[in-house]
Amino acid sequence: MAKAAAKTNASAMPSTAERRPALAGRSVSATGVKLEITPPAERISLRAPEASLAALSKALGVTLPTKPKTSATKAGRTALWLGPDEWLIIDEAGKDPLADCAKVAALHSAVGISHRNVAFSVTGPAAAAAINGGCPQDLSLEVFPVGAASRTILGKSEIVLLRSGPDAFRVECWRSFSDYVFTLLSEAASDAAA
Amino acid sequence: MLLIRCPYCEEERPELEFRNAGEAHIARSTNMAGESDDDFEKFFFIRSNPKGVIYERWRHMHGCARFFNAVRDTVTDKFIMTYKAGEPKPSKLPKNSNEVVAK
Repeated sequence: MAKAAAKTNASAMPSTAERRPALAGRSVSATGVKLEITPPAERISLRAPEASLAALSKALGVTLPTKPKTSATKAGRTALWLGPDEWLIIDEAGKDPLADCAKVAALHSAVGISHRNVAFSVTGPAAAAAINGGCPQDLSLEVFPVGAASRTILGKSEIVLLRSGPDAFRVECWRSFSDYVFTLLSEAASDAAA
Repeated sequence: MLLIRCPYCEEERPELEFRNAGEAHIARSTNMAGESDDDFEKFFFIRSNPKGVIYERWRHMHGCARFFNAVRDTVTDKFIMTYKAGEPKPSKLPKNSNEVVAK
Protein backbone atom coordinates (compact mmCIF):
# COMPACT_ATOMS: atom_id res chain seq x y z
CA MET A 1 0.00 0.00 0.00
CA ALA A 2 2.83 2.36 0.92
CA LYS A 3 4.42 1.49 -2.36
CA ALA A 4 1.30 2.43 -4.29
CA ALA A 5 1.03 5.76 -2.49
CA ALA A 6 4.63 6.57 -3.28
CA LYS A 7 4.01 5.80 -6.91
CA THR A 8 1.02 8.18 -7.11
CA ASN A 9 3.02 10.94 -5.45
CA ALA A 10 5.87 10.52 -7.87
CA SER A 11 3.61 10.78 -10.88
CA ALA A 12 1.94 13.91 -9.46
CA MET A 13 5.31 15.69 -9.17
CA PRO A 14 5.95 18.06 -12.07
CA SER A 15 9.10 17.30 -14.01
CA THR A 16 10.40 20.87 -13.81
CA ALA A 17 9.95 23.57 -11.18
CA GLU A 18 7.43 26.16 -12.19
CA ARG A 19 8.41 29.79 -11.66
CA ARG A 20 5.58 31.82 -10.20
CA PRO A 21 6.36 35.53 -10.00
CA ALA A 22 4.79 37.33 -7.05
CA LEU A 23 1.39 38.81 -7.92
CA ALA A 24 1.70 37.63 -11.54
CA GLY A 25 -1.13 38.78 -13.75
CA ARG A 26 -2.64 41.23 -11.28
CA SER A 27 -3.38 44.68 -12.59
CA VAL A 28 -5.57 47.63 -11.71
CA SER A 29 -7.05 50.24 -13.98
CA ALA A 30 -8.51 53.40 -12.54
CA THR A 31 -9.35 56.62 -14.34
CA GLY A 32 -6.01 58.13 -15.30
CA VAL A 33 -3.84 55.41 -13.76
CA LYS A 34 -2.91 51.94 -14.87
CA LEU A 35 -1.02 49.69 -12.50
CA GLU A 36 0.65 46.55 -13.83
CA ILE A 37 3.25 44.01 -12.78
CA THR A 38 6.25 44.17 -15.09
CA PRO A 39 7.70 40.95 -16.52
CA PRO A 40 10.64 39.37 -14.64
CA ALA A 41 13.96 41.10 -15.23
CA GLU A 42 17.60 40.52 -14.38
CA ARG A 43 18.84 42.82 -11.62
CA ILE A 44 22.08 43.37 -9.81
CA SER A 45 23.10 45.52 -6.90
CA LEU A 46 26.45 47.08 -7.76
CA ARG A 47 28.87 48.70 -5.34
CA ALA A 48 32.08 50.16 -6.71
CA PRO A 49 34.61 52.93 -6.04
CA GLU A 50 35.08 55.73 -8.54
CA ALA A 51 38.24 54.17 -9.99
CA SER A 52 36.31 51.12 -11.23
CA LEU A 53 33.47 52.99 -12.95
CA ALA A 54 35.01 53.25 -16.42
CA ALA A 55 35.75 49.51 -16.63
CA LEU A 56 32.32 48.56 -15.26
CA SER A 57 30.50 50.95 -17.58
CA LYS A 58 32.32 49.45 -20.53
CA ALA A 59 31.52 45.87 -19.49
CA LEU A 60 27.85 46.64 -18.81
CA GLY A 61 27.43 48.67 -22.00
CA VAL A 62 25.79 51.49 -20.10
CA THR A 63 27.54 54.46 -18.50
CA LEU A 64 27.03 54.39 -14.74
CA PRO A 65 25.56 57.75 -13.71
CA THR A 66 27.48 59.68 -11.04
CA LYS A 67 24.98 62.47 -10.51
CA PRO A 68 22.47 61.95 -7.67
CA LYS A 69 18.91 60.95 -8.61
CA THR A 70 19.75 60.05 -12.21
CA SER A 71 19.74 56.95 -14.36
CA ALA A 72 21.07 55.82 -17.73
CA THR A 73 19.43 53.44 -20.18
CA LYS A 74 20.89 51.64 -23.16
CA ALA A 75 19.60 48.61 -25.07
CA GLY A 76 17.13 47.44 -22.43
CA ARG A 77 19.57 47.90 -19.57
CA THR A 78 19.10 50.64 -16.98
CA ALA A 79 21.60 51.81 -14.37
CA LEU A 80 20.06 53.71 -11.47
CA TRP A 81 22.13 55.86 -9.10
CA LEU A 82 21.19 54.88 -5.55
CA GLY A 83 24.13 56.27 -3.59
CA PRO A 84 27.63 57.69 -4.12
CA ASP A 85 29.02 54.17 -4.69
CA GLU A 86 25.85 52.15 -5.26
CA TRP A 87 23.83 51.36 -8.36
CA LEU A 88 20.88 49.18 -9.27
CA ILE A 89 21.20 47.61 -12.72
CA ILE A 90 18.00 46.34 -14.33
CA ASP A 91 18.23 44.31 -17.52
CA GLU A 92 14.96 43.74 -19.37
CA ALA A 93 16.56 42.34 -22.52
CA GLY A 94 17.21 38.90 -20.99
CA LYS A 95 21.00 39.36 -20.80
CA ASP A 96 22.95 38.65 -17.63
CA PRO A 97 24.61 41.76 -16.14
CA LEU A 98 26.19 39.63 -13.42
CA ALA A 99 28.20 37.73 -16.02
CA ASP A 100 29.28 41.02 -17.62
CA CYS A 101 30.54 42.32 -14.27
CA ALA A 102 32.36 39.06 -13.55
CA LYS A 103 34.74 39.82 -16.45
CA VAL A 104 35.84 43.08 -14.82
CA ALA A 105 39.08 42.89 -12.84
CA ALA A 106 38.60 46.30 -11.19
CA LEU A 107 37.40 46.31 -7.58
CA HIS A 108 33.63 46.01 -7.31
CA SER A 109 30.84 44.05 -5.68
CA ALA A 110 27.98 42.79 -7.84
CA VAL A 111 25.15 40.83 -6.24
CA GLY A 112 22.34 39.22 -8.22
CA ILE A 113 18.97 40.36 -6.87
CA SER A 114 16.71 39.44 -9.80
CA HIS A 115 14.32 37.49 -7.63
CA ARG A 116 14.51 39.80 -4.62
CA ASN A 117 12.64 42.59 -6.36
CA VAL A 118 9.24 42.88 -7.96
CA ALA A 119 8.50 45.83 -10.20
CA PHE A 120 5.29 47.65 -11.07
CA SER A 121 4.65 50.05 -13.87
CA VAL A 122 2.41 52.94 -12.96
CA THR A 123 1.25 54.82 -16.02
CA GLY A 124 -1.28 57.48 -16.94
CA PRO A 125 -1.85 61.18 -16.31
CA ALA A 126 -2.56 60.58 -12.61
CA ALA A 127 0.45 58.27 -12.08
CA ALA A 128 2.44 60.80 -10.05
CA ALA A 129 -0.59 61.54 -7.88
CA ALA A 130 -1.09 57.82 -7.24
CA ILE A 131 2.54 57.34 -6.12
CA ASN A 132 2.36 60.50 -4.02
CA GLY A 133 -0.42 58.71 -2.14
CA GLY A 134 2.39 57.00 -0.22
CA CYS A 135 5.61 58.67 -1.30
CA PRO A 136 6.59 62.06 0.17
CA GLN A 137 8.94 63.13 -2.65
CA ASP A 138 8.18 65.96 -5.04
CA LEU A 139 7.32 64.20 -8.30
CA SER A 140 6.72 67.27 -10.45
CA LEU A 141 8.53 67.14 -13.79
CA GLU A 142 10.86 70.03 -12.82
CA VAL A 143 12.17 68.26 -9.71
CA PHE A 144 11.78 64.64 -10.80
CA PRO A 145 12.29 64.70 -14.58
CA VAL A 146 12.10 61.77 -16.99
CA GLY A 147 15.02 59.45 -16.20
CA ALA A 148 15.19 60.51 -12.55
CA ALA A 149 15.60 57.61 -10.14
CA SER A 150 15.71 57.44 -6.39
CA ARG A 151 15.42 55.09 -3.50
CA THR A 152 12.61 56.36 -1.30
CA ILE A 153 9.65 55.11 0.67
CA LEU A 154 6.06 54.27 -0.17
CA GLY A 155 3.93 54.04 2.94
CA LYS A 156 5.91 51.75 5.22
CA SER A 157 7.92 50.07 2.49
CA GLU A 158 11.16 51.05 0.84
CA ILE A 159 10.96 51.36 -2.94
CA VAL A 160 13.16 52.39 -5.84
CA LEU A 161 11.35 54.81 -8.08
CA LEU A 162 12.26 55.47 -11.72
CA ARG A 163 10.48 57.88 -14.00
CA SER A 164 10.49 56.30 -17.44
CA GLY A 165 8.23 58.89 -19.08
CA PRO A 166 6.31 62.05 -18.23
CA ASP A 167 3.35 59.87 -17.20
CA ALA A 168 5.15 56.60 -16.52
CA PHE A 169 6.94 55.28 -13.44
CA ARG A 170 8.62 52.04 -12.50
CA VAL A 171 8.31 51.08 -8.84
CA GLU A 172 10.74 48.42 -7.59
CA CYS A 173 10.10 46.86 -4.22
CA TRP A 174 11.19 43.78 -2.32
CA ARG A 175 9.22 40.66 -3.20
CA SER A 176 7.88 40.14 0.32
CA PHE A 177 6.61 43.74 0.37
CA SER A 178 5.00 43.47 -3.06
CA ASP A 179 1.50 42.62 -1.82
CA TYR A 180 1.52 45.64 0.50
CA VAL A 181 2.94 47.97 -2.15
CA PHE A 182 0.49 46.76 -4.79
CA THR A 183 -2.51 47.16 -2.49
CA LEU A 184 -1.39 50.61 -1.35
CA LEU A 185 -0.83 51.70 -4.96
CA SER A 186 -4.25 50.33 -6.02
CA GLU A 187 -5.96 52.31 -3.25
CA ALA A 188 -3.91 55.40 -4.11
CA ALA A 189 -4.75 54.96 -7.79
CA SER A 190 -8.48 54.98 -7.15
CA ASP A 191 -8.03 58.01 -4.88
CA ALA A 192 -5.94 59.81 -7.49
CA ALA A 193 -8.62 59.16 -10.09
CA ALA A 194 -11.35 60.63 -7.93
CA MET B 1 7.01 67.55 7.15
CA LEU B 2 10.61 68.62 7.65
CA LEU B 3 12.84 68.80 4.63
CA ILE B 4 16.41 67.72 5.35
CA ARG B 5 19.23 68.45 2.97
CA CYS B 6 21.30 65.35 2.23
CA PRO B 7 24.87 66.39 1.36
CA TYR B 8 25.29 63.30 -0.83
CA CYS B 9 22.00 63.60 -2.75
CA GLU B 10 22.60 67.36 -2.90
CA GLU B 11 18.98 68.25 -2.32
CA GLU B 12 16.32 68.55 0.34
CA ARG B 13 14.40 65.37 0.96
CA PRO B 14 11.42 64.55 3.18
CA GLU B 15 12.25 63.61 6.77
CA LEU B 16 10.58 60.18 6.42
CA GLU B 17 13.62 59.03 4.44
CA PHE B 18 15.98 59.80 7.35
CA ARG B 19 16.96 58.30 10.70
CA ASN B 20 18.71 60.03 13.56
CA ALA B 21 21.92 58.30 14.62
CA GLY B 22 22.90 60.11 17.81
CA GLU B 23 25.43 62.79 18.65
CA ALA B 24 28.24 63.47 16.18
CA HIS B 25 31.97 64.04 16.67
CA ILE B 26 32.44 61.46 19.42
CA ALA B 27 35.84 60.00 18.72
CA ARG B 28 36.52 56.42 19.69
CA SER B 29 39.75 55.98 21.62
CA THR B 30 42.60 54.35 19.72
CA ASN B 31 43.51 52.46 22.91
CA MET B 32 40.13 51.25 24.08
CA ALA B 33 41.54 48.59 26.42
CA GLY B 34 43.62 51.20 28.22
CA GLU B 35 40.69 53.50 28.92
CA SER B 36 39.80 54.04 32.55
CA ASP B 37 36.25 53.21 33.58
CA ASP B 38 35.45 56.90 33.99
CA ASP B 39 36.74 57.79 30.53
CA PHE B 40 34.89 54.89 28.99
CA GLU B 41 31.69 55.92 30.71
CA LYS B 42 32.09 59.43 29.28
CA PHE B 43 32.72 58.09 25.79
CA PHE B 44 30.01 55.46 25.85
CA PHE B 45 27.14 56.88 27.85
CA ILE B 46 27.47 60.58 28.48
CA ARG B 47 25.95 62.88 25.84
CA SER B 48 25.76 66.66 25.88
CA ASN B 49 21.97 66.83 25.29
CA PRO B 50 21.97 70.62 24.95
CA LYS B 51 19.00 72.92 24.73
CA GLY B 52 19.77 74.68 21.47
CA VAL B 53 22.34 73.84 18.81
CA ILE B 54 23.33 70.19 18.61
CA TYR B 55 25.68 68.35 16.23
CA GLU B 56 24.17 65.03 15.22
CA ARG B 57 24.71 62.10 12.92
CA TRP B 58 21.86 61.36 10.57
CA ARG B 59 21.41 58.63 8.03
CA HIS B 60 19.62 58.94 4.71
CA MET B 61 18.25 55.49 5.34
CA HIS B 62 15.69 55.29 2.52
CA GLY B 63 17.74 57.29 0.02
CA CYS B 64 21.45 57.06 -0.59
CA ALA B 65 21.81 55.19 2.76
CA ARG B 66 24.80 57.36 3.71
CA PHE B 67 25.55 58.76 7.17
CA PHE B 68 26.15 62.50 7.38
CA ASN B 69 26.29 65.18 10.05
CA ALA B 70 23.68 67.81 10.75
CA VAL B 71 23.50 70.86 12.96
CA ARG B 72 20.05 71.16 14.48
CA ASP B 73 18.40 73.41 16.99
CA THR B 74 16.67 71.25 19.58
CA VAL B 75 14.30 74.05 20.55
CA THR B 76 12.95 74.93 17.10
CA ASP B 77 13.81 71.56 15.47
CA LYS B 78 15.33 73.59 12.63
CA PHE B 79 18.19 72.13 10.63
CA ILE B 80 20.85 74.83 10.47
CA MET B 81 23.19 73.00 8.12
CA THR B 82 24.28 69.54 7.03
CA TYR B 83 27.71 68.31 5.95
CA LYS B 84 29.32 65.05 4.90
CA ALA B 85 30.57 62.50 7.39
CA GLY B 86 34.28 62.87 8.14
CA GLU B 87 34.29 66.62 7.60
CA PRO B 88 35.40 68.69 10.59
CA LYS B 89 32.89 70.29 12.92
CA PRO B 90 32.03 73.67 11.36
CA SER B 91 33.69 76.43 13.35
CA LYS B 92 31.18 79.02 12.20
CA LEU B 93 27.49 78.49 11.64
CA PRO B 94 25.62 80.33 8.91
CA LYS B 95 24.19 83.61 10.16
CA ASN B 96 20.71 83.19 8.83
CA SER B 97 19.72 79.88 10.31
CA ASN B 98 16.50 79.87 8.29
CA GLU B 99 18.60 79.03 5.28
CA VAL B 100 20.01 75.55 5.01
CA VAL B 101 23.49 76.07 3.67
CA ALA B 102 25.01 73.83 1.06
CA LYS B 103 28.47 72.60 1.77
